[in-house]
Amino acid sequence: MPLLRKIPLPVLLLSPTLVFLTLFFLIPLIQVSGLAFQSQDSVFTLANFERMVRDIYFDSALRNTVVLLILIIPVQLVLAFGAALIVNQRFRGSTFFLYIYAIPLGISDLAAGLIWLSIFTERGYLNSLMHNLGVLERPLIFLSSLTPKWMIAAIVLTEVWRATPLVMVILLSGLQMIAKDYIEAADTFGCSWWQKVRYVILPLLKPSIQSALIMRTMLAFQMFGPILVLAGRQLPVFASESYYWYTTVRNPRVAAAYALMLMALSLVATWIYLVVLRTREEQVGVM
Amino acid sequence: MRLRKVAFYAVAILFAVWTILPIVLIALAALTPRQELYSWPRQFVPSTISLESFQFFVNSHGVLASTGRSVIVAVATVLIALLVGAPAGYALARFRFRGKEAFRIGILLTRMFPTSLLAIPLAVLYLKTNIYDTILGLAFMHAALAMPFVVLITSSLFLKVPYDLEEAAMTLGCSRIGAFARVSLPIALPSLVAAGIYTFVLSWNEVFASAVLTVHNRTLPAHIISTLNVSPLNFKFAGGFFMIIPALIFIFIVRRYLLSMWGVAINK
Amino acid sequence: MADVRLEQVTRRFGSVVAVNNVDLHIKDKEFMVFLGPSGCGKTTTLRSIAGLEKIDQGRIFLGERDVTELPPGQRGIGMVFQSYALFPHMTIADNIGFGLKIKKVPASVMAERVNRVAQLLYLDNLLHRYPGQLSGGQRQRVAVARALVIEPAVLLMDEPLSNLDALLRLQMRAELKKLHHAINATTIYVTHDQVEALSLGDRIAVMKDGQIVQCDVPMEIYDKPANVFVGSFIGNPPMNFIRGEIMRENGQLLIKGRGFSITPSTRFTPILQGRSEIILGIRPENFRVQFHEPTDTTNAVRASVEVVELLGNIRLLTIDLSGSILKVSVEPHTAVNPGENVWLTWNEDKLCFYDSETEWAITPSRVSA
Ligand SMILES: Nc1ncnc2c1ncn2[C@@H]1O[C@H](COP(=O)(O)OP(=O)(O)OP(=O)(O)O)[C@@H](O)[C@H]1O
Ligand SMILES: [Mg+2]
Repeated sequence: MPLLRKIPLPVLLLSPTLVFLTLFFLIPLIQVSGLAFQSQDSVFTLANFERMVRDIYFDSALRNTVVLLILIIPVQLVLAFGAALIVNQRFRGSTFFLYIYAIPLGISDLAAGLIWLSIFTERGYLNSLMHNLGVLERPLIFLSSLTPKWMIAAIVLTEVWRATPLVMVILLSGLQMIAKDYIEAADTFGCSWWQKVRYVILPLLKPSIQSALIMRTMLAFQMFGPILVLAGRQLPVFASESYYWYTTVRNPRVAAAYALMLMALSLVATWIYLVVLRTREEQVGVM
Repeated sequence: MRLRKVAFYAVAILFAVWTILPIVLIALAALTPRQELYSWPRQFVPSTISLESFQFFVNSHGVLASTGRSVIVAVATVLIALLVGAPAGYALARFRFRGKEAFRIGILLTRMFPTSLLAIPLAVLYLKTNIYDTILGLAFMHAALAMPFVVLITSSLFLKVPYDLEEAAMTLGCSRIGAFARVSLPIALPSLVAAGIYTFVLSWNEVFASAVLTVHNRTLPAHIISTLNVSPLNFKFAGGFFMIIPALIFIFIVRRYLLSMWGVAINK
Repeated sequence: MADVRLEQVTRRFGSVVAVNNVDLHIKDKEFMVFLGPSGCGKTTTLRSIAGLEKIDQGRIFLGERDVTELPPGQRGIGMVFQSYALFPHMTIADNIGFGLKIKKVPASVMAERVNRVAQLLYLDNLLHRYPGQLSGGQRQRVAVARALVIEPAVLLMDEPLSNLDALLRLQMRAELKKLHHAINATTIYVTHDQVEALSLGDRIAVMKDGQIVQCDVPMEIYDKPANVFVGSFIGNPPMNFIRGEIMRENGQLLIKGRGFSITPSTRFTPILQGRSEIILGIRPENFRVQFHEPTDTTNAVRASVEVVELLGNIRLLTIDLSGSILKVSVEPHTAVNPGENVWLTWNEDKLCFYDSETEWAITPSRVSA
């Protein structure tokens, strides 16, 4: 105890986290490069990367990872912004709508994949609906390697459905930090609703949009459950390939190489967001 | 004016339907008799509500055990993350010290790494240290994923409790720890619980690391993922619905804290 | 006995010296006010006495006890925070009783003491409410009650009235004064409101840059500011300061400045002797304004009125004395118009003299020392 007393309190409070993060973050991070860049007998090698790139799934995994991202993120951003604006109106029942909209926040990507499987499977709700509408007689098969567009659509819908609330909540908390005065000032100039959004709200929301995009993109790169449920290996992405290489092929080195690729993609995306959506220090609201 | 209001509500309701409908559908699918799931033409609403699929799911080999493990891992994750992370959050909120900004940025950065980047090397490390395929090992992994969230959220929680209050308690005879326990803790407790519940859901839902770090001792998501290719549809639907029930309940409990949690955790 | 002694107390924050080598002796049952501009170290000094701030150097005594190393709860102080710091999750009764509960006072005794203090501060019918349900003035009284109920030997207050509106402030000020006489505790009170300081303090310690510039009874501080800073900080409008050169003409000492030349009486000779320059300090109300040339003009100065402002109880003139601006207050009924030329004379007893370089007051004793 006397020894404990000597240590400054902040150090005492921070050290568990520091130790923990060293053990479960720093060391694995160092280790992962070791795995990816070394051969079985700890010699530096690019063989793991070579094997990854040569693999027949690599090209489509790269393409799918990027395509999915490009399809998902913009739709999600627009929908989430709309939902955030709706809830931010503070009409009667707005909190009720907020809670409704936020529900998918608690749902895992695996469960979301299973939910949308019930819609897109051969005897699923989509075919059933179209049959009831008289559009088709026999069920269509959406989720097969013959219909890659449908598979992608199903995955995009799943991801948009599941993760839009996350973006919405981030944007909404950003919206609520925007002082009412700015918007009222815009009102005094007779701005229309759209003008207010365009010239006041969006620019002030830029930091939140930026963090939402960074966060979302990173998570979208990792999306994994819906892929496995809805497409399996017919639609490979980096995250699922990493999983297959570790579990099925039992090669943690190539799996690590995929993980590093994923990280690299995340970093590139983050960097792009940081550059494109830069907010200058002096433009930050003062209220 | 009136028209605009109607349009506004229409959009609001439309979005609510878009959110709710898939959940209703999976619930219906989970409650549809097996026979009807595979029949054509398939009806939206099952002819009878049947617990057949549920019973099948729950009684399937490994489901109950993995559910139990999921709960234990989630509880352990909450305990580890709060015990380790909350003191750091408190320190960030209360003290000025050298390297504070660096620490905060470091914490923020840890959120940037894909799960696979941690899970795969950890699996290799765990294999060497004999904690591979254990509940505790997975809980540590989940706690690492939750750590940035817990540290930042607790720091913002305690920032909202003015330090004045603790000082006032100290002038009235409390020790430093006493002041924290009698003043800051009770005030922050509801939000701390909300953060804990959120961490629980995070662990309960986590798939990738669970699938990679366990083989025999699988959690529920890992179990479902690994049996995906051999499971019938009714197993999948019942499983999907089963997994979202606790999540729905928890989100309902913490609904009031959703904004403040995500607001600070993301927007800094 | 609970006098408070600070000996060479220093508190630094990085490169900022918030409290700089302060020595102070506050007598038992005295009402001491710390007054000074924002950031001068009042709060830090108070918090050091409370034990909420660890001091880097020096010692602090409460009565006979050296409390420098003691935690706040063991010092026998009670503190009223600027924000009141009422515990939001406790009722008013629990808030007031908190200190007693920590000290494990039996419930019956506690209830009785809480009630007594609540009565003293007119809180008796608010006891079951929560702080969120009280007005600002009521919260302030709860904060005082909570500090008082533990019967502290020293009561510390950090700008307790600054969150109240003007009228309530006036009222609470009087109540605090009454309270001080009722409770017999040594009181240290931080404010940057000079009116509060003058009305409440038995003595005032005027602070600047972490140091006590002057510590004295209010009248002395007002009439004899120890330096130019104190004179311009206290008083509204502040003291006028006029620079002048000291000359010797026909064996007489003269003070000559821009647009004036006066002959001070010989009793000031010890102060003026041996100096070439001086700063004169004079309060606005110590001037006399005449509209006709006085018969004796040796110590009368001619100047023109620039601005006339009615402030209710006085009429404030801004007067241009060949480029230097003077503030002069006169009776509110005085008929005077901007642009008018007037003659100024002054009450010599109220004149203050300051060293032109150090800006500290020159007193005969200082000269002889
Ligand atoms: N915790 C701290 N960390 C760093 N600097 C501090 C801290 N507290 C006070 N200071 C600095 O110490 C100096 C004195 O501060 P203090 O709060 O005592 O002033 P004050 O006289 O109470 O001012 P005010 O009238 O504005 O309350 C200031 O320059 C302030 O910036
Ligand atoms: Mg202060």
